[in-house]
Amino acid sequence: MSKLYSGAEIVFKCMEDQGVETIFGYPGGAVLPIYDELKNHQTVKHILVRHEQGAGHAAEGYARSTGKPGVLLVTSGPGATNAVTALTDAYMDSVPLVCISGQVPTHLIGTDAFQECDTTGITRPCTKHNWLVKDINNLAKTIHKAFEVATTGRPGPVLVDIPKDVQFKKTNYTKYKKQKKLNGKKNHFSHKEINELINLMSKSTKPIFYTGGGVINSGPKASDLLRELVNITGFPITSTLQGLGAYPGDDNQFLGMLGMHGSYEANNAMHDCDLMINIGARFDDRITGKLDEFSPKSKKVHIDIDPSSINKNVKVDLPIIGDVSEVISSTIKSIKRTKPNFAKSNKQKISKWWEQIDKWRSIKSFNYVNSTETIKPQYAVQRLYELTKKEDTYITTEVGQHQMWAAQHYKFDKPNRWMTSGGLGTMGYGLPAAVGVQVAHPKKLVIDIAGEASVLMTMQEMSTAVQYSLPIKIFILNNEYMGMVRQWQELLHGKNYSESYTAALPDFVKLAEAYGCVGLRATKPEELDDKIIEMINTDRPVIFDCLVDKEENCFPMIPSGKPHNQMLLGPQDKKANKITGKGKTLV
Amino acid sequence: MANPKSAYSIPGKLGKFDTHIIVVWVDNEAGVLARVVGLFSGRGYNIESLAVAEVDPKLNISRITIVTTGTPQVIEQIKLQLKKLVPVHKVADFKREDKKVIFKEMALFKVVGNSAKKEKALKACKKYNPVILDKTNKSYVIQITALRRDIDIMSKNLKKFGLVSVSRTGAVAMTRGSEVFK
Repeated sequence: MSKLYSGAEIVFKCMEDQGVETIFGYPGGAVLPIYDELKNHQTVKHILVRHEQGAGHAAEGYARSTGKPGVLLVTSGPGATNAVTALTDAYMDSVPLVCISGQVPTHLIGTDAFQECDTTGITRPCTKHNWLVKDINNLAKTIHKAFEVATTGRPGPVLVDIPKDVQFKKTNYTKYKKQKKLNGKKNHFSHKEINELINLMSKSTKPIFYTGGGVINSGPKASDLLRELVNITGFPITSTLQGLGAYPGDDNQFLGMLGMHGSYEANNAMHDCDLMINIGARFDDRITGKLDEFSPKSKKVHIDIDPSSINKNVKVDLPIIGDVSEVISSTIKSIKRTKPNFAKSNKQKISKWWEQIDKWRSIKSFNYVNSTETIKPQYAVQRLYELTKKEDTYITTEVGQHQMWAAQHYKFDKPNRWMTSGGLGTMGYGLPAAVGVQVAHPKKLVIDIAGEASVLMTMQEMSTAVQYSLPIKIFILNNEYMGMVRQWQELLHGKNYSESYTAALPDFVKLAEAYGCVGLRATKPEELDDKIIEMINTDRPVIFDCLVDKEENCFPMIPSGKPHNQMLLGPQDKKANKITGKGKTLV
Repeated sequence: MANPKSAYSIPGKLGKFDTHIIVVWVDNEAGVLARVVGLFSGRGYNIESLAVAEVDPKLNISRITIVTTGTPQVIEQIKLQLKKLVPVHKVADFKREDKKVIFKEMALFKVVGNSAKKEKALKACKKYNPVILDKTNKSYVIQITALRRDIDIMSKNLKKFGLVSVSRTGAVAMTRGSEVFK
């Protein structure tokens, strides 16, 4: 008879077979058997976080920067509920996570036992799928299935809930053979669709690529192929927040990010184009603005692996369901075969379009009025970019103004270098995510561009960074306000700054010291460069308190409910001061 | 909009609502109904009626029949979202007007009154295959099978004949002819 393994052993056996190297977790009563087993499995490194939400975001950072699934291990009850925000975040942004949670013993389920909650019930709407394993004989099968569901098709979080008695019970384990990866349930696009796409492309005089996180999720190859496709066609390209890095941010064909705080040229090009090719993006409301007036004159093509993303918000003319890299690769091959002179013949056709785009571009919508007195937050991000661009830098963010400034002014040239909470907009995402990124890439420079309000939500994870000597850099653009809330209140609520000012902030330098890491502070523009260099050269975790202009607003801006061609451009633009009446309701 | 300072976008134009019958074949496992129903409530879709039972004990398959209303775009989303659920095998969608499909609901009526009233009630049900399931001096329990709207009408009409209680199922559906939905 073959050896019998306990449920806890099987959890690790499965992880080993799945190639899991790192898990993020927090022990508790209902997962103690699994924690007891940890010492016997040297290949799986456990990172002890300070809060389960931190474990989730760290696993997200790990997953996004490596392309591998992130794994977290939490206990029952509060352990599981604390992980819910991170699971929802991963669900919205399509990040593969496997959450293993402990549960009270099966005979206590439903009795309101200590630290019991209906974990599968609570996490049902925020996971791709979840399982409560009541029978030890189903455990291995379920965990492997969980990894498969998390990583195939449109990636996302899954949860496996394991009652404590199942962790103790014993059964056989047969080694898992990874099957050939089937990406999604059914995933066939046809050559007819590709030919139709090429036909539309060759007819178009005002085309644009609109790319999203799907390109990143499709793997580094997809980014290479995208670059080739954009190069062959000569078309302009814009990207969503999540897609940044798939195409080099400093390339001339790149129009910058689009959407609510996207560039003037990107949004106007989206509005006026005659062909929009959406690659792995989902027509989110922060992108489309007012749906009725979204890009009214264009034919729309939507390439996505998730059939339910098609026609969800915007009706498209040509849906192509498939993995981004497969679709692009097939398109490139087809163009090369049927239209070898595509680039040349096309250049003439879209030259007027480029002239128009250059006119929009000349407005320089990301510009701001710099100051010699106070540090402008945009200036801080720009300097950070200039001083770190030579290194292979990983950037995470929290949520708010600083996030948008980072997206506008930090130029990425590789995928998987940019981790931000876009769909759910989770304040407190960036610090734990940076922990996860640094765990995956110990030698790389990892910076969380943060706001002081967001970062306080998960500040406790600094302790994790110190414990594992993770030299993450927390670059706080400190304006003492919840900046984006303040901005909306200024523009849309008659400057009634209701509860958006934090009156009693901690001294971040002292706080850094209390955590056992390094605190730096910059208050004047002239000292910024030196301090940033000092931060980069510090081989320990750093909290950088960058005191910035308290009243700077993030422009350009499309008030939501407005179409793309009605942007507010900022203090230099007179229209900016004219949101009245109807405009207020539309945001 | 009621509050001029509301910081939310205004809804776009709503399309025409159609009634559809969605049939879902699922693995009969714990929580599967909650997944399907939760998808509807979570995304704001309507459920007019619901009928669920295991239809294949060997393969462990249950058949869920949901009557829903929505714009064509919403109906399309419902189908695509359902197909994404792991325990869902296949999803069929029929328009209520579809002549190729049979829809039926069952209702139980309890009528209390003298024999004249009871007989009148039974007579009123004549069109809908009435079956008397239980009979006492004072009461009848009548079973009928009919379409949703007919049952609606019947439960109104029978009031005057002493209807005291109504119990009804959701609609179930099946295609006509020899073909099977794949």
